[in-house]
Amino acid sequence: MTAGPFQRVMFAVYIVVFFLYLLGPLAVMGVSAFNTPQYPQVWPFEGFTLDWFGTLFADQDLMTGLKMSVWIGILVVAVSVPIGLAGAVVMTQIQARARSAYYLVVVSPVLTPGIIIGISTVVFWRQFTGQTGTRFLYDGVILTVLGQASFISAYCMLIILARLQRFDRAQEEAALDLGATYSQVFRHILLPFLKPALASAAVLAFLSSFENYNTTTFSILSDKTLTTVLAGRVRQGSTPAISALAVMIVAATIVGAIAYELYKRRADALAARRQRAAQIEEEAELSGTPAPAMG
Amino acid sequence: MSGGLAFVFGLPLVVALGFFALAAYERRTGVATGPGFFQRNGLVIGLYLVIAVGFWAFFIILLPQLAMVEMSFRPKLPPSQMGGPKDVYTLENYRYFLFGSTTSTAEWNWLHIKAFLLTIGVSIAITALNFAICYPLAFHMAQSSTAARLRVLLLLLILPYWVNEILRAFAFRVLLSSGGIINQMLMGLGVTSEPVDFLGADVGLYMGLSYAYLLMMIFPLYNAIESLDKNQIEAARDLGAPWWHIHAFIVMPHSKPGIASGCTLVFMLCAGALAAPLVLGGPRTLWFTPIVYDRFYQAFNWPQGAAYAFILLITCIVFVLLVLKAFRLSLGEITR
Repeated sequence: MTAGPFQRVMFAVYIVVFFLYLLGPLAVMGVSAFNTPQYPQVWPFEGFTLDWFGTLFADQDLMTGLKMSVWIGILVVAVSVPIGLAGAVVMTQIQARARSAYYLVVVSPVLTPGIIIGISTVVFWRQFTGQTGTRFLYDGVILTVLGQASFISAYCMLIILARLQRFDRAQEEAALDLGATYSQVFRHILLPFLKPALASAAVLAFLSSFENYNTTTFSILSDKTLTTVLAGRVRQGSTPAISALAVMIVAATIVGAIAYELYKRRADALAARRQRAAQIEEEAELSGTPAPAMG
Repeated sequence: MSGGLAFVFGLPLVVALGFFALAAYERRTGVATGPGFFQRNGLVIGLYLVIAVGFWAFFIILLPQLAMVEMSFRPKLPPSQMGGPKDVYTLENYRYFLFGSTTSTAEWNWLHIKAFLLTIGVSIAITALNFAICYPLAFHMAQSSTAARLRVLLLLLILPYWVNEILRAFAFRVLLSSGGIINQMLMGLGVTSEPVDFLGADVGLYMGLSYAYLLMMIFPLYNAIESLDKNQIEAARDLGAPWWHIHAFIVMPHSKPGIASGCTLVFMLCAGALAAPLVLGGPRTLWFTPIVYDRFYQAFNWPQGAAYAFILLITCIVFVLLVLKAFRLSLGEITR
């Protein structure tokens, strides 16, 4: 953009203020995790300490909640990714005149407030398990997985659908012509093609489940997850141990992002090398055959 | 209550039969050609698709919503009277929202109505604010940033996104509390001699909400603006369009789906936010979701809670429809 010096300065100021707003609060909270006073504070910095991390690990409820959150996250991945896959495949096959109604139903959870999903899940399953004599299914973990699966499956579907739309049906037809069965086509052609989308759907599903609070606080019933314990702790009063938890989550995110970046670079390099190898092979093959005389 | 069960199992069955009939009809009239659903997918995969999608659409999405709506029209009764003569459909839960009583309509329930209107108004204001904050950065990232710079910006944006909502709200509590760094700075500069009660005045809540959903605005905007051909902007500039013409008549019309998507997401998340009001709200804070929560777990009046939740749901649906109407878009375009 050809902007004057004044506009340039204004824009730089805007960028700085924007990121100050975005990262400042987290930085302040992060510093308070290492400061000694009982109440999280940044200034005056009275002394460096790691005690708050110890307090964090000694907090039994929080640790139980953490385990529960990880467990629910794994279950949600196991439920949502297959549902999202089925949802995406059905989207490409459903009759045109039913498609918009189907789309409306399965995407609606994305635009529904989380607490409504939590409430409706509890209301429905309480009645349903009561009437069918399956009360043992009325369980906090099961309800939370079902509640979260409603919108997380929709995220998964949207991710998978984006890739599925680039799928070439000719591959499928070729395999069928060569005598493959339908389940072979699904397993050996469609699934490998969708693998990157399935992987990102799984990661997104786990993270969305792990940090969810609005739906979980209703559907978890008497159990506890990390977020519900955390909400209770924060309401009781501020302690730097909570800041310490945030520091650990941010650290894990940074490590994850760097690991992903490295993995992607390696994968890219590998793909490039493979492509080069294939090219060399092809050239060798071509030069082996008698080439037509070139003018 | 066996009527309820018949409905629960009957509805999916009826819809499945409907699809079967539609397929047969299209085949006969020649609209559909080629292999049928089970022919195309094989029996095993076909069953997996139908069962997974059926369970999702009915048992996870539709039936729970219907159960909640149905419950909101029922009175609160002790278990012994359920199915008895008093167990009839009623509007008393909605009457309570408006008048603060299940029978009398003499006085308005100002506390709840005010909280509701405030929630909607503030959510709209925060949506507009976040759009104004995010648009310039999204435009810069999409149109005039180098690849290396873009990568850094994206990483900086994504980082706070994975810190969960409660911790983000907590950060604002640390920042704005009476002994917090903002108050110390204000007092150090001599702007004020007493710490300002940001949290009691709900400034903390509104800032925390805006902050929490900033990224829900920037990513849809960025995606939409990125798909705009740079040549269009160049052409407009060559023809002498001032900068605000370029934005108002080229960039914004093009990125309509992204704007609508960001606005609906931010509004919905704000109006339905529970963590931020719990963490940042003072004792006198008016926000609708904690009231809904209290219907369930303080008043133990589930039908009333269901009615309140339904009111919130209807509001969100109306908002989404209004946005779609205003932007002349379809739902498929904004959820991409």
